[in-house]
Amino acid sequence: MSPINFVYLAAVLFAIGAATVLVRRNAIIAFMGVELMLNAANLALVSFSRIQGNVHGQIMAFFVMVVAAAEVVVGLAIIIAVFRARQTISLDDPAELKG
Amino acid sequence: MISPVLFWTVAILTVVASLALLFARKPVHVAVAVITAMVGLAAAYVGLEAPFLGIVQIVVYTGAVMMLFVFVLMLVGVDQRESLKETIAGQKWMAFALAIGLGALLVSVISRLKVSVAGNPASGEPEAIAHQLFGPYVLVVETLGFLLVTAAVGALVLTHVPRLFPKRTQKEVQAARIQAGANPVNKTFPGVYARHNALDAAALDPDGEPIEESVQRVLKIRQQTVDTIQFRDETRHRRRELGAKEEDQ
Repeated sequence: MSPINFVYLAAVLFAIGAATVLVRRNAIIAFMGVELMLNAANLALVSFSRIQGNVHGQIMAFFVMVVAAAEVVVGLAIIIAVFRARQTISLDDPAELKG
Repeated sequence: MISPVLFWTVAILTVVASLALLFARKPVHVAVAVITAMVGLAAAYVGLEAPFLGIVQIVVYTGAVMMLFVFVLMLVGVDQRESLKETIAGQKWMAFALAIGLGALLVSVISRLKVSVAGNPASGEPEAIAHQLFGPYVLVVETLGFLLVTAAVGALVLTHVPRLFPKRTQKEVQAARIQAGANPVNKTFPGVYARHNALDAAALDPDGEPIEESVQRVLKIRQQTVDTIQFRDETRHRRRELGAKEEDQ
C-alpha cells in the first residue's frame, strides 16, 4: 500500500477539523479542531517524507508540533482571560464588541 | 510498503474519533476522542518509518497538549452548554458544504499527483533526526526556543490578575467582624467531658443545662444530635454510686 493513502487521510482529517472550527461555538472545541488540522498537516508532511525517502518532512512536522504547543498555551490563556471577563467561552458572545 | 491493515486501522480510528468533534455534545467526550485520534496518528507515524515523531506525538499531544485542554475544561466548568440557536441563518449547512468542498478539492489535487515512492526510506530514528536538527536546522531550533519562552511568558501575562485591593491583615478582618456585630468570644465547644466527647452532644453549662449554640447548625438541621441531658443524669448517678453527697438541685 502506497504512503499516498495517508495523504488522503490527512485531507479528510483536515476537512473535519475545518468543519469543527466553522460549526462549533464552544471555544475549546473549536480550538481542538485547529489542533486536528495541524495534526493532519503533520501527517501529510510525514507521508511525503516517507515518499521522498528523506527526513526533511519529519523535521518540518517536528517544528509544527513545537509551534502548536506554543500556540495552545497562548490560546488557552486567552480562553481563560475571556472566561474571566464574560463568564462564558461561547464564540458568539465576544463577537458583539460591546463593552 | 505499508501494511493495509495498519492503514485501515489508523484511518477508521482517527476519522471516527475526529467526527466526535462535530457531533459529540460534551466537551470532555470530544477531548477523549481527540486523544484517541492523536494516538492513531502516532501509530501512523511509526508505520511511516518515523518512530521518533511517533513518540513525540504521544508525549507532546496526548501527554501535554490534550491534558492542558482538559485542565482548562475543568477550570471553566465542564458543564458549559453550547447555545444551539444560530446567529447566522443556515451557518451549519454552509459550513458543512464548505468543509466537504475543501476535502473534495484536496483529494482531487492529491489524486492528480504522480508519486514514485522511494525504495529505501530514510531512518527516522532519534539519532538521524538529531543530526539534521542540530546540523542544518540549528538556527530554527534556537528560534523555536525563543518562541517557547515567549509563549510561556505570554500565558503568564494573559492569565495574571492584578490585585484590586490591598491584602487585608488578620487584625483588619477581626475588626470588621466585630463591627458587623459578631461575638468576639469563641462559641463553647460541644461534647460532655469523659462521657460523650463528640460533636453531636451540646455542652453543659455549670448548672447542668445544655448550651444549644455549641452544636453545629448543620447537625441540628439533619437531626443528628443526641440529647445531652442523659449524660448529665448519668454523671450524677455515677457520683452517687461513688458516695458523693447529693447535689442540692
